[in-house]
Amino acid sequence: MKPAPFDYVRPSSVAEACRILDEAGGGATVIAGGQTLMPLLNLRMSQPFILVDINGIAALKGVARVEGGIRVGPATRQADALRDETLARHLPAFTRALGHVGHHQTRNRGTIGGSIALGEPAAEMPATAVALGASIEIASVRGTRQVPADAFYVGPYMTVLEPDELVTGIVYPDWPQGHLVLFREVAQRPGDFALVGLVGALALEGGAISRAGIAWFGMGPTPVRARQAEAALLGAERARIDPHAIARAAVADTAPFDDHHASAEYRRTVGQRVFARALSETLDLRSAA
Amino acid sequence: MSEHRIELTVNGNRHIARVEARTSLGEFLRDTLGYTGTHLACEHGVCGACTVMVDGDAMRSCLTLAVQADGAAVTTVEGLAQADGTLHPVQQALRDNFGLQCGFCTPGVAITMAAVTRDNEGADSGAMEEGLTQAMSGHICRCTGYQGIRRAIRQLAGVSA
Repeated sequence: MKPAPFDYVRPSSVAEACRILDEAGGGATVIAGGQTLMPLLNLRMSQPFILVDINGIAALKGVARVEGGIRVGPATRQADALRDETLARHLPAFTRALGHVGHHQTRNRGTIGGSIALGEPAAEMPATAVALGASIEIASVRGTRQVPADAFYVGPYMTVLEPDELVTGIVYPDWPQGHLVLFREVAQRPGDFALVGLVGALALEGGAISRAGIAWFGMGPTPVRARQAEAALLGAERARIDPHAIARAAVADTAPFDDHHASAEYRRTVGQRVFARALSETLDLRSAA
Repeated sequence: MSEHRIELTVNGNRHIARVEARTSLGEFLRDTLGYTGTHLACEHGVCGACTVMVDGDAMRSCLTLAVQADGAAVTTVEGLAQADGTLHPVQQALRDNFGLQCGFCTPGVAITMAAVTRDNEGADSGAMEEGLTQAMSGHICRCTGYQGIRRAIRQLAGVSA
């Protein structure tokens, strides 16, 4: 047996889960799919006193249309979300990115909320939430609050979530029908963490970009919103867009690290190339690199 | 530390047991119930050797707690072949194509293949081959160079080699 000993509870409601988290005074950890938490427990990098299993809370599962968007329950399995037709139809960038999360076997157990709450900087789901302008619903015994995804992440594996708080939903706003998906991921093998990745959505109106949401993953301590690229794209006529100039602007917002997989320089260089290529393909521009 | 009573079926057999919360499903299957066909290796979700089906879906038994499998129907590699010893088609395909050497990773590979062939039943050869190949990214085999496994996949998909 590898993990340090812990107690295990399986609450059946959000209120009960919040009460347990509150009473644990920071000693509890929430488990949903456990696909990242279990390795951390096995390696004893995480040693909670109590594991709070939220799989028994029906209110935290499923995908639903809500006013102005789509709400994804945090305990929804990645495999179920990947098969979900509402998401595939209305938020194709979400579905596209989700296909790159882990492997078949881990998606069968891993959850959307787990990926969101963990905040792995190279993961697809946090960046997708930032790019699409999602908001994170949070509950605790102190009440509920909503945090925009791009204010949710503060560092690698660090979010604004307090120890007594639970993610209860991720709400993705509607995007115009027929909007375009921007997606690229460079990884050593399928299912591995991205060395460089980008995800986004672009809406066009009368031949010009009317809305843009783009974020990087693996390009900084948190998901990084490509604000300068978004600003440069907004209002631009499709045919006059220079993908290389936009890609340079996009990379300017990043702060990649050196690690044993790739240098920061490599990430910036490859990032700029794949960004330009993705943008050219998505907008059907000719000057693709 | 807490102990929990769980009840589950493994390959159709009902088991009731008490488990410590920190026991993984993989350890429980092997050490408590004796289903040693499931192999534990990396125990952090990377290698795929410990893959079992939980309620029909292929998952890592090292990344699932035994207590979380309460009420579940688990299938291990011991549950793939028929009672008379007739191999499951995925086992037969792995055997026919030398899709294993030492066999350590094979229980997990076979479980994933069985789940994916079932999910893609009726799909065309291309989709079947693609589905199986994609799912194999979740397994590490250090012997075969994967070519035997890929031949087994092509046989299962009905693609001529």
